[in-house]
Amino acid sequence: MSARKSERLLVPFGELSPGPQLVLVWLSFLTPLLAWCAVSYLPFVWHPLVRVVDPAEVAYFKPDTLVDRKVFREENAKLAAQGRPLATGVPANPVFLPAPHEVGTALYRSFTTPPRRKGEPWLHESLWHSIRIIFWGFFWSSLFGVPLGILCGTFRGFSKLGEPVVDFFRYMPAPAFGALAVAVMGIYDGPKIAVIVIGTFFQQVLVVANTTRKLDASLVEAAQTLGAGRRQILFQVVLPGIAVDLYNDMRILLGWAWTYLIVAEYIGASSGITYFINQQAKYRIYDNVFAAIIIIGIIGFATDRVLDLLGRALFPWQKSVRPSLLKALFGSRPAPQAA
Amino acid sequence: MRIPDYKIQAPAVAERFARLRERPVILDVRGLTKTFVSNGLEHTTLDRISLQVHRREFLCVLGPSGCGKSTLIRIIAGLDSPTSGEVLLDGKHVEGPGPDRGMVFQSYTLFPWLTVKKNVMFGLRMAGQASGVAESEAREWISLVGLSKFENSYPHQLSGGMKQRVAIARALANRPRILLMDEPFGALDAQTRAQMQAYLLDIWRNVDVTILFITHDLDEAVYLSDRILVLGTNPSRVAEIIEDPVPRPRDRAQFVSPPFLATYRRLGELIHPPASEPQERLPMTRMTHVGDDVE
Repeated sequence: MSARKSERLLVPFGELSPGPQLVLVWLSFLTPLLAWCAVSYLPFVWHPLVRVVDPAEVAYFKPDTLVDRKVFREENAKLAAQGRPLATGVPANPVFLPAPHEVGTALYRSFTTPPRRKGEPWLHESLWHSIRIIFWGFFWSSLFGVPLGILCGTFRGFSKLGEPVVDFFRYMPAPAFGALAVAVMGIYDGPKIAVIVIGTFFQQVLVVANTTRKLDASLVEAAQTLGAGRRQILFQVVLPGIAVDLYNDMRILLGWAWTYLIVAEYIGASSGITYFINQQAKYRIYDNVFAAIIIIGIIGFATDRVLDLLGRALFPWQKSVRPSLLKALFGSRPAPQAA
Repeated sequence: MRIPDYKIQAPAVAERFARLRERPVILDVRGLTKTFVSNGLEHTTLDRISLQVHRREFLCVLGPSGCGKSTLIRIIAGLDSPTSGEVLLDGKHVEGPGPDRGMVFQSYTLFPWLTVKKNVMFGLRMAGQASGVAESEAREWISLVGLSKFENSYPHQLSGGMKQRVAIARALANRPRILLMDEPFGALDAQTRAQMQAYLLDIWRNVDVTILFITHDLDEAVYLSDRILVLGTNPSRVAEIIEDPVPRPRDRAQFVSPPFLATYRRLGELIHPPASEPQERLPMTRMTHVGDDVE
């Protein structure tokens, strides 16, 4: 153990003991947070503006206005030249960069503040609406995309028939179909779900087909020599054989569906979390904008982790199960691997 | 030591071969030829291969790597199709894979999502057996290969040798007419391989099964076989079919017995013809004088 610590971190494909692993996992969340804190709370880091406290005799300064630091200094220089009292102020960041504690309170407050105008949705209603859009988009895409992908991966004929055209459609950006979707399905949820389906479906077919093709062909051959017919091979060898990879594909694809959500919600009558973000930005309440973006992150991350835990329970035959990130974060040691 | 002719058989061995020849033919391969085209050139991998395997016989197919012995066993299993020639099982033409020809692959091919028991039950379930019946039958086969303690384990929890024993049990559970084994112990270390060979002889003695076994290992062929079919290369034809003169029951002490050595030497001559050796030496240059006394 003569190698120094920093060297042990940089062994290509090396292993890490649980201690340093835990530290690094925490660091990966804390580093951006600390950087944000530094920019927000240390007055000598960035802070390009000045928040006026006492406007003195500058006509257009008012208490609490934000002024460019250079302008503030020039006005004060003029006042100093005339021998008048100087304006005072404190360094400030632009309004679009709220400090962590402001966003923290906004995270709570945005759920408890009633909407500004009657009939506008509360934040939790907006969120629930977005989640429903994602769910139905992903549901319809998977209902057709997964079976089609498995067929393309299993049978050469389906692959040649289906994949070239899917590959072609894949390159058309889903939002480009937005206007068409509105014309066909109206301005409410229909076109939004359609855009998520279009954005997910074509990728899904190709990803699932590839995963299916990666199945060890000798397993299919073994099943044939054990007397399995075509149907039995499909349902008792191919499906369980790709289940683990398919499940992980679906987790990644669900992430893609979230990225299409924001675009989809712009289409027709703006709705859901996107509508909330836009409204708050219009009112220049950037605390709430940040809060909403962070909530999307938390929902996505939490969903993925829950699916990860569920996957471990569903597929007990997996060879090397990575220790769960949630477990790593909250300190319990990864379970020892069976030899 | 004087090594006798490999064709000399002790009376008991000769008698055993006489009985063997009278048993019915299970597998009859007639004039199997396989050609394939690559880069516009036609290659023949198998050239008019014919062989017969009698009931309860242990036949090894021996050949250097690349001689097409895997292609041969895959055609018999129905996983590849021949360019010409045919495969008869119990006198009937067979095409495509089927449970009457069990197969054990070098790469284990256990289903990773099934426990040992469920793996062994797989063929029985495919044949439509009720799960209770299949389960009790699978248990018997698992205990035959000595893995009763592991019946609820998943394949990734087993060692290579154990996996291959499960694969053998899984193939035997279907009660195939013939068990095809494609270099089944090729991926195992030397100790495990020796143990597996002994296990296989035990199983073969106790179960009504005919075995066609592919290998490139001369020791393995002599140790296991009734007869050894030697394939030549480019294109591969049947070089010779040798009746293994080593008496049964076999044990590893026989590795230095005269009939074993005689057979081993003959196989060596067939596999590495002496004429081809001088050209195959490396163009060596001396790069050290340290330790010149090594020779």
